[in-house]
Amino acid sequence: MDAVQQRQEASLVALLRSGDPGAFETLVRLYMPMMLRVARRFMRSEEDARDAVQDAFVSAFRSIGRFESSARLSTWLHRIVVNACLMRLRTQRRHPEEDIEEYLPRFGEDGHQVQRSEMWTETAESILERTELTGIVRNAIDQLPDTYREVLLLRDIEELSTDEAAATLGVTANAVKIRLHRARQALRTLLDPYMRPVTS
Amino acid sequence: MKCADLITMFLAEYVDGTLPPETLADFEHHLDVCASCVAYLNTYRETIAMAAAAGTAPRLDVQDVPEELVRAILDVRPR
Repeated sequence: MDAVQQRQEASLVALLRSGDPGAFETLVRLYMPMMLRVARRFMRSEEDARDAVQDAFVSAFRSIGRFESSARLSTWLHRIVVNACLMRLRTQRRHPEEDIEEYLPRFGEDGHQVQRSEMWTETAESILERTELTGIVRNAIDQLPDTYREVLLLRDIEELSTDEAAATLGVTANAVKIRLHRARQALRTLLDPYMRPVTS
Repeated sequence: MKCADLITMFLAEYVDGTLPPETLADFEHHLDVCASCVAYLNTYRETIAMAAAAGTAPRLDVQDVPEELVRAILDVRPR
């Protein structure tokens, strides 16, 4: 952020703290695209995404007095909308944690995989040029049990560090690492039928 | 090292580049002799790439700010 942008942001924050109504509308219009995009990644419906964004802005309005000027508004609001999404997901908790086992690889007594893995026929890049497969990936992510889906979203999509994800979720860094690996394994299992070579 | 150990215990650290040297040597030796684990590793990496790319899919983009959402938010603003 350059010096001009910093001054503009500082000015907006000052107006928000003073309760200026126009400043709140400016904040909403400036940052809603980013926040709605994030919410759409987390939530399973457009309605839920919009509700999470609304929750996030209410939270932001209430806590603008605690915003530290040394931070960036976009970073602060990103954290708020992620937390708003996680809170909404928790009230909608659907898939119990135990469900992940069915998606994890299975091994025989000799330690080998029960079903041998095969290379996928195309790379991720070429696959995702096809819109329908992007939908398949999104649907597969949505099928994951919530505690694993949240970690995958935070680490692999929102690109939080392990420590940041742990702080956001209120768990240890080790728990994040274990859940992330299991989430990735489960997602791989869900995608494998679409990506494996077709055998006649 | 068996396939089960590689996939369950060491794969995540290998992808992160944090496996200790001795374990790394065993891991890579196993990959030299196990095509199934090579395939699993490659498809695991592809999975991570696909998840990241799906998170940035254009259909998630906000083309226009939904006006009704702006109004709804401003209406519930704490005074």
